[in-house]
Amino acid sequence: MNPALQGLLTIIIGVGGCIGYFYLSNQFLDKVLFPAKGPQAGRNINRANLVRPWLFLFPALFALGLYLAYPVFETLRLSLTDRDLDGAFVGLSNYQQMFAEPKFWEALSNNMLWLIVVPAAATAFGLLAAQLTDRIKWGSVAKSLIFMPMAISFVGAAVIFKLVYDTRPVDQNQIGILNAVWLQFEGGAGSFLFLKVIPALILISFAGIVAYVGWIFVAPIANSRANGGGAGFVPLRLFVAAASLWLVYLSIGSLFGIFAFQFPYGEPQTWLTIPFWNSFFLMIVLIWIQTGFAMVILSAALRGIPEETIEAAIVDGANPLQVFFKIKVPQIMGTIVVVWTTITLVVLKVFDIVFAMSNGQWETQVLANYMYDKLFRADEWGVGSASAIIIMLLVSPILIWNVYNARKEMK
Amino acid sequence: MADLKLTDVEKTYGGTVNVLNNINLDISKGELIVFVGPSGCGKSTLLRMIAGLEKITSGTLEIDGTVVNDVPPAQRGIAMVFQSYALYPHMTVRDNMTFALKLAKKSPQEIDEAVNRAARILQLEPYLDRLPKALSGGQRQRVAIGRSIVRDPKVYLFDEPLSNLDAALRVATRIEIAQLKESMPDSTMIYVTHDQVEAMTLATRIVVLANKGIAQVGSPLQLYERPENEFVAQFIGSPSMNLLPGEIVETGAQTKVKMANGSIISSAVPTQDGDKGMHVNVGVRPEDMVATDGDAIFEGKVDFTEALGEVTILYFEAEEGKDAVLAKMPGIHKDLRGNAVKVTAAPEKVQLFHNGQSLYYR
Repeated sequence: MNPALQGLLTIIIGVGGCIGYFYLSNQFLDKVLFPAKGPQAGRNINRANLVRPWLFLFPALFALGLYLAYPVFETLRLSLTDRDLDGAFVGLSNYQQMFAEPKFWEALSNNMLWLIVVPAAATAFGLLAAQLTDRIKWGSVAKSLIFMPMAISFVGAAVIFKLVYDTRPVDQNQIGILNAVWLQFEGGAGSFLFLKVIPALILISFAGIVAYVGWIFVAPIANSRANGGGAGFVPLRLFVAAASLWLVYLSIGSLFGIFAFQFPYGEPQTWLTIPFWNSFFLMIVLIWIQTGFAMVILSAALRGIPEETIEAAIVDGANPLQVFFKIKVPQIMGTIVVVWTTITLVVLKVFDIVFAMSNGQWETQVLANYMYDKLFRADEWGVGSASAIIIMLLVSPILIWNVYNARKEMK
Repeated sequence: MADLKLTDVEKTYGGTVNVLNNINLDISKGELIVFVGPSGCGKSTLLRMIAGLEKITSGTLEIDGTVVNDVPPAQRGIAMVFQSYALYPHMTVRDNMTFALKLAKKSPQEIDEAVNRAARILQLEPYLDRLPKALSGGQRQRVAIGRSIVRDPKVYLFDEPLSNLDAALRVATRIEIAQLKESMPDSTMIYVTHDQVEAMTLATRIVVLANKGIAQVGSPLQLYERPENEFVAQFIGSPSMNLLPGEIVETGAQTKVKMANGSIISSAVPTQDGDKGMHVNVGVRPEDMVATDGDAIFEGKVDFTEALGEVTILYFEAEEGKDAVLAKMPGIHKDLRGNAVKVTAAPEKVQLFHNGQSLYYR
């Protein structure tokens, strides 16, 4: 049969089946089970109305149960048994085996890196785009363009970016835009400016910000000596200060690294094979997609801020940056948290991008792809199911928090 | 604490839509000026231009002798209280009040002093650590006022501050604002409202805005007793002033006017010899009407009555499309309905308007 006809048939069967189910089941309820006539008419109507919601809920509950709830328990069972031993219960040995694998820890640490970078970057860019497009004439055009990647599937986006990162031999034209740009750097003054001075400036400002944040946390301790106590939780403050000191130390170290490093000018790079950095090249794909989502939600939230509070802040003497950070951002903090956690959930489940671009090679493995490898390639059902359970354990608290925040926002 | 001067101020939106024209106003230190006018007359726009939230299209605004057209709001020495309070919802009452001071980098001692003083004046001390959402409407409005007090501004601006409160609270807060003004005799305040009662009770002077400009500036009673034009006459006072056609028959310190019903009445508005035969509108407030047997300003059948207890409002029959003439009589007069009644008023209560302008101001 022609595939188009098959599709049409599927639609007819599917939609017709739905309509038929709802119509016939309600008819059955009203005409046969609890008919609204005879001496029991009043009681029957009430009973039918008690049952009716369940008729409508049933298909969804059934499908969710079959495709969501049941697999959770089945996965849990699989993770505790061994298929090769006819499904014998083996306790936590699958987990032990998994924890002993360096590839699992690589996937977990990569996932953590994704978890920090992608939601932060996507939310930050989304907020920036929402604020900047708010008051300009072509803002809505810009918004549509930024939102458009949302319409592309992860695999599609991965393919697009694979082309961006593509490498050709040195004597051919580079079709990957990143290499095409890279080959423009030949080690002259321009290269020095873009590859040494600007990264160095970014690093210095980063170190400055971190040091300032650290100081904000430490200063109350010194002040409290003078004022006689009341700095709050001192160990936490000291911890933040130590962490920021460490970050400052790291950035100063990389500052020297930047100037010491000899860039391989003129050689096309295979970007996806450079360890550590290749994870970031993959993350860019997801950031590119999720920024549009964050922008749309945050832009709606920004519009919801009462204009008068902003005017009051202007009269109070706040400059545009202070209005943004002290008046606007705190008022939409709830929405920012919801956006952040929603993207976090997407990130924890990220699979397609890694699968399509690097397949976990060159130290880019993530948990979902690791699970896929184990389940469907290595045929280790126990270990694969164990990693699936780990992913679920990581997602659940964030999911619960997300739902809690979203409900709070709606009130 | 300063005087404020508007010279030929004009506001045009987008180069074409003119909303305010030719605004000239001198406000001296310690005055409480109320802007009133019908909706859309530009009173809020004028206030926002003084605040610096709207650009002044042309003309100058001076505060304390300095032109501040291009000075940002925070440096004009003004503070504004918004209609919807505009409290920062994520900050406690104390943070709301200290926000401006912290931005201005005041010392902690100064900030504490200012906040404690404002909290004491406005009785906000128990609420300093609450969020705005945990406060009632009246308390929120007090916080909004407190936020302006702590800045110790030269000019206070109020944009319909009471319109979001219920009737009882409105009266209470109105009295609080009056007391606040009294406790700070040197501060200048500008207050926008559409509520006449607020205007009459609070103002040192009222500015009536209409038709893109100022209709009249004056003390509340001056506006009530001697309106400059028909607009102000009908805008101030409720129910509004009756306007009846008449013809001047005798001029002098007292003017005699022949009414449509043929009777001749006198007005305390002086006229000149040349005015004889001039067609005028005779304005009398409903509450100044008294029943009479002699020469009547108006006589007609009472269409219906509204008995309010202390007064009874009589609605006279009117030709279709014309405003009914009203009279407010002390006491209860339900029995007058359907009867023919003659009413007149004392000469000093009778205004004369020609082409919309009062003959008193020539």
